Amino acid sequence: MTVLARRTRPGHTVALSISGAVLAAIALAAIAPDLLATHDPLLTDVRSALQPPSSAHWFGTDQSGRDVYSRVVFGAGRSVGIGLLATGLALFVGVIAGSLSAVSPRGVDAAAMRVVDVLSAFPEFLVALLVVAVLGPGPTNIAVAVTIAAVPVYIRLARAQTRSLAATEHVEAARIIGVPALVVHLRHVLPGVLGAVSVLATIGIGTSILAAAGLSFLGLGPTEPTAEWGLMLSAGRNLLLQAPWVAVFPGLAITATVVSVSVIGRIVRARSEERGA
Amino acid sequence: MASVVLVLWGAATLAFVAFRIIPGDPVDVMLGPQAQVSDAVKAGIRSDLGLDRPVLEQYAAFLGRLVRGDLGESYQLRLPVTEVIGRQLGPTLQLTGLALVIALLLALATALLVRGRRGRAVASGVELVVLSSPVFWTGLVLLSVFSFQLGWFPVSGGRDAASLVLPSVTLALPVAALLSQVLRDGIEAAEREPFLLTVRARGATPRRETLRHTLRHAGAGGVTLAAYLVGSLLGGAVLVETVFARPGIGRVTLAAITDRDLPVITGVILLSALVFVVVNTLVDLVVPLIDPRLRVAEPALRARAGVPA
Repeated sequence: MTVLARRTRPGHTVALSISGAVLAAIALAAIAPDLLATHDPLLTDVRSALQPPSSAHWFGTDQSGRDVYSRVVFGAGRSVGIGLLATGLALFVGVIAGSLSAVSPRGVDAAAMRVVDVLSAFPEFLVALLVVAVLGPGPTNIAVAVTIAAVPVYIRLARAQTRSLAATEHVEAARIIGVPALVVHLRHVLPGVLGAVSVLATIGIGTSILAAAGLSFLGLGPTEPTAEWGLMLSAGRNLLLQAPWVAVFPGLAITATVVSVSVIGRIVRARSEERGA
Repeated sequence: MASVVLVLWGAATLAFVAFRIIPGDPVDVMLGPQAQVSDAVKAGIRSDLGLDRPVLEQYAAFLGRLVRGDLGESYQLRLPVTEVIGRQLGPTLQLTGLALVIALLLALATALLVRGRRGRAVASGVELVVLSSPVFWTGLVLLSVFSFQLGWFPVSGGRDAASLVLPSVTLALPVAALLSQVLRDGIEAAEREPFLLTVRARGATPRRETLRHTLRHAGAGGVTLAAYLVGSLLGGAVLVETVFARPGIGRVTLAAITDRDLPVITGVILLSALVFVVVNTLVDLVVPLIDPRLRVAEPALRARAGVPA
């Protein structure tokens, strides 16, 4: 084995393919749930309520006789979607606010950073809860809440990247040959900032999915009978003794998703650090 | 000290601003959707609360009351906010306190006991799974296994010590996983330092090597992270208290959010800011004790005091 080949750790390939497979399945469930589901996720059938996992109902049935497996499949789009939306928004807002702050007059920049400081003094989940308190519950609002909770980190990173890139020689050179400031920023600074912040985002997706699921577990997100993992867990909470499968499988789905996203996020980060070094 | 005031003032101001941009009339929010109240009564309430005065005047009055320790009255419970929060503070302090102790012990034990490439790879895998599991799900699984199946712990509620164990462990697990990750990273970094060769050449046992040298190296980062995580325990308490049906600040917060009880929410924001301030002050005092490199910041002062740098 050559020195170069050894740099990619053997565990990486295995971890990468398993995580990739899990995420592919979840993506399929999110895009075309009908292909994977065996039942209608909303179809109630009181006669077959609370049945344990079987060949007819792979993950069992819930208190209304709905098929838990099909509900987990249909929940993928909403549960993962809210986390993705929140991360995407945080990336977008973070890059704009961070790079604007970096090029603003010093007073504005300092004031903006103090606001970010105060915001990041609070634990993320609490910030998300408080935003829901202001906006009211609902799926869109919890996505916004998770965005606001996550955004300070993105703003800080985007600001730091903008400042350090603005001081590099090729940006300096572009400015000297008379390229307008806006063009310099868009063509030479912004792409670099986006790269760094995207790496952070791949790691942040997992956290956002967890936070969104937590809010909907508390009853602040989508409402019954929507199939959503956090909400399903909350319904299964009172059935632990008779029917633990109602809560176990949606939870497993969340964990499997977040583990896979984190594994891929870490590999992405490791690769980008290697490239940077 | 300046940053203490800044954080508290900032938190209060954010709360004030947030609740002025809240959709809907605050008096309607306060009375709830079912209330059958005439406009005259609403106007009376509005002037009682000072909501008809200019915004800056309201803001000044709000800050003035805060300085005197008056957080106003809960819309729902008709009790002073300080009393609502104060009454529920005990159970949450017990929960988060025990969780913090468990998390620190778990993280330290992992850092001390897990050695070698293979062991560390396993530990890192376990941590990843723990960090990726939603805390409310971990709680439900623990509850299902240890209370329902094995019957070791009471199911919920209760004020006895046994009912505190499962919630604390639930709350502690992700904190422990994150801490132990950071400690291990720090230890591994320290193991690559040249000074460790000297330590080993002197014949230090592996335990002494970790305890006295590498763990200490990683400790400063660990303490800083632990401080950050103390705040997150308050957020986690909302979920854990709901899962285990325990009383506490988390339940108060959730109820206040569902009922739009703005004074209580402001109280929780300020409590969280206070926790942040206290914990960070403690960290600034503790970190130099662990990491001597941070003590040489003011060599001139120390030289004058006769303390060797």
